[in-house]
Amino acid sequence: MSGNLDRLTEKQYSTMAASKEGKSKLWKDCLMAFLIGGLICLIAQGIKDFLLSGFFAENVYAFDEEGAAAITTLIMVFLGAFLTAINVYDNIGRIAGAGSIVPITGFANSIVSPAMEFRSEGHILGVGAQMFIVAGPVLVYGTSAAVLVGLIYFLLH
Amino acid sequence: MDGLVKYLLVFLVGGTLCAIAQILLDKTKLTSARILVIYVVSGVFLSAVGLYSKLVAIGGCGATIPLLGFGHSLCQGVFKAVDEMGFRGIFTGGLGAVATGIVMAVVFGLIASFVSKPKSKVK
Repeated sequence: MSGNLDRLTEKQYSTMAASKEGKSKLWKDCLMAFLIGGLICLIAQGIKDFLLSGFFAENVYAFDEEGAAAITTLIMVFLGAFLTAINVYDNIGRIAGAGSIVPITGFANSIVSPAMEFRSEGHILGVGAQMFIVAGPVLVYGTSAAVLVGLIYFLLH
Repeated sequence: MDGLVKYLLVFLVGGTLCAIAQILLDKTKLTSARILVIYVVSGVFLSAVGLYSKLVAIGGCGATIPLLGFGHSLCQGVFKAVDEMGFRGIFTGGLGAVATGIVMAVVFGLIASFVSKPKSKVK
């Protein structure tokens, strides 16, 4: 009787603990994703504003809005790729979760990481093919959606 | 002060978009690749109806750097190309607009695969 009761409470306890733990894990994951994802965007904004600044225009090159945006993306992709190549980005990802996957740096990581990992399977079907294991689907559905809205836009104008 | 508010909004918008993806990761069985596909396609459609440009106006890089912004670039690239060259633009505009990022990542990935030590394939 008492053993049964003990087991019950133990069971209840473990489910309670699991739900509590799950909840706090979700909160912690979300907070880290929010902080690191936000920080990556903040860095990008800083780069873009520097490219558009008077100092940069006078001394290096006067970018327009579109050009600065393109170069910012290029720099962010480079940073994501570089941090992946020196095995830092995957460590960030372990803490940041979606905060490191969703920004464009994560897209670069999704290309560079398998390229390094599958080198042992050769440069054609290893590196060349596996590079697009995540980026491939993104491009397939992204460009297809863009063609669809482009077709509608074309027909309406 | 204006600058501070601007950067705060960049942080908030970018962070929120990442946190939403994290909720999807934790609460559903969606893999990260599926979430990225959902984000890009959502970005294309949100951009097409004019909503995403509004978010970019508020959040700047907080809206353009997450993958939704990649979809936004695809869509705006197609619209611009259709304006400039008509029917052909439907096919050239999208990838043209995002080519810089893709090409950089691909070339860097290839170089990295040459120079890096092969990692053991333990996931």
